[in-house]
Amino acid sequence: MKRMSGRVSDLVVSSRWARKPVVSLFLYTLGFTPALWFFLLGVRNELGPDPVRSFEHTLGLWAFRFLLASLAITPLRVMFGVNLISYRRMLGLLAFAYAFMHVTTYIVLDLRFDFAILYRDLTRRPFLIFGMIAFICLLPLAITSNRMSIRKLGRNWRRLHRLVYPALIAASVHFLMAFKTWHTDALLYVMCGSALLAVWVVFYGMKLQKLRLGSSG
Amino acid sequence: MASYSFPQPLPGEITPKEHYLRRRTILSGAGLLAAGGVAKAAGLQTHAGPFGTSETPTSRDDITHYNNFYEFGLDKSDPARLSGDFHSRPWTLRIEGAVARPLTIDIDQLIAAHMPENRVYRMRCVEAWSMVIPWDGIPLADILRQVEPLGSAKFVAFRSVFRPDEMPGQRGGAGGISWPYVEGLRLDEAMNPLTLLAVGLYGDILPSQNGAPLRLVVPWKYGFKGIKSVTTLSLVETMPPTSWNQLAPDEYGFYANVNPEVDHPRWSQASERVIGSGGFFGEKRQPTRMFNGYGEQVAHLYTGMDLRKYY
Repeated sequence: MKRMSGRVSDLVVSSRWARKPVVSLFLYTLGFTPALWFFLLGVRNELGPDPVRSFEHTLGLWAFRFLLASLAITPLRVMFGVNLISYRRMLGLLAFAYAFMHVTTYIVLDLRFDFAILYRDLTRRPFLIFGMIAFICLLPLAITSNRMSIRKLGRNWRRLHRLVYPALIAASVHFLMAFKTWHTDALLYVMCGSALLAVWVVFYGMKLQKLRLGSSG
Repeated sequence: MASYSFPQPLPGEITPKEHYLRRRTILSGAGLLAAGGVAKAAGLQTHAGPFGTSETPTSRDDITHYNNFYEFGLDKSDPARLSGDFHSRPWTLRIEGAVARPLTIDIDQLIAAHMPENRVYRMRCVEAWSMVIPWDGIPLADILRQVEPLGSAKFVAFRSVFRPDEMPGQRGGAGGISWPYVEGLRLDEAMNPLTLLAVGLYGDILPSQNGAPLRLVVPWKYGFKGIKSVTTLSLVETMPPTSWNQLAPDEYGFYANVNPEVDHPRWSQASERVIGSGGFFGEKRQPTRMFNGYGEQVAHLYTGMDLRKYY
């Protein structure tokens, strides 16, 4: 990677820290702190009258937050010259981990393994269908997040990882549908997601145009 | 003058004797039944009513800290946290419309005139959770008889308060409900012996977050029918608008009877989570019962109706 001058180069250097095992262990621990914290509150019966639902929602919210953070990496670099690219995999994996814990809590603590209800929910209820679509979209991304997959898949890796955008859209619909009314917080999160999606569409469009110009010129 | 004829079932038709007897043990167990059948608890004089349930009541803490009362905020912890500015006294209740004797009465006069009864009711929220709540209240039928509905009266329209200064959720942003909250019942539903205007909880005056000073309790319907902080009852000829129905007519009907066979478009209504029933790992999920288990008292109100259509 080319060294840049001043502020940006410092960030590039700092972003390389993420590759050091100690640093990445520390950051992952930090990332899992909310889950652990709320789990302990739940065990101590300090999550209010409806602890399972509260825990479930908290995990879903953090999954969405990490998803937004992972998607913000590229716009930050392109628009503001802030390079945090080395943290992107970690943020994406945390988003997946929280989504996984969210789904697990739903099946284990909420439904208590009642697969009849699970089947009915997943075949009939758009709210839960969208949630599950988001989760399923994230699954291959998590599996192929290692170096070997990146090398093996080559160009297809990038293509595959565009699945993050369907995941974002499905998760946004799921988030908005979770409330009986339009919920201000959910709307704000979804607006952030839409902005990131819009930025990506613009970049992608520009890139395509450049390629087309390049090939014709 | 034409007036509504009130069905007068025998006590045994309303509550089977074994339930009636079991209620006594429940009430005495809950400490609500003092000498002479009259309990005096923290400012509210109450007596034992004809309805009870064998279920254990949800804890007072859970009942008062897990509330859907969007006038105070969207989160269930908001009503307890953000209702400090709300003044439930003095309070005037008006009953108007198609009645022979319209009534305007102070809440404490109303309570003095009708000693509230203890009623332990199951409460099933449309969001698929449930509680068991020891209300203290006045049967709505008692009050309606007093105002003498005219023959033209077919429905009761209920209206809550609009006080954005005291209710932060009404200062815009609470998800598109137009304030004040309104609800409605068919007159025969309103006259059913189960229908209650609650003024107390666990023998105490109703806390703000639970709908002080006066709220509707219709135990066989989803919780959102239980309009809180009621100011006006109006006897009307046509089906009145109801807040959730106006907001999302395909999700919330006028009737809103608890029905495990008619799902909410976004989730199943077949079962419910019992609030406060076992903490993090042991929270109970139980099957939801038709009419929330009150079919014996209310199923006849809906004979011949397609409950899928009139959800």
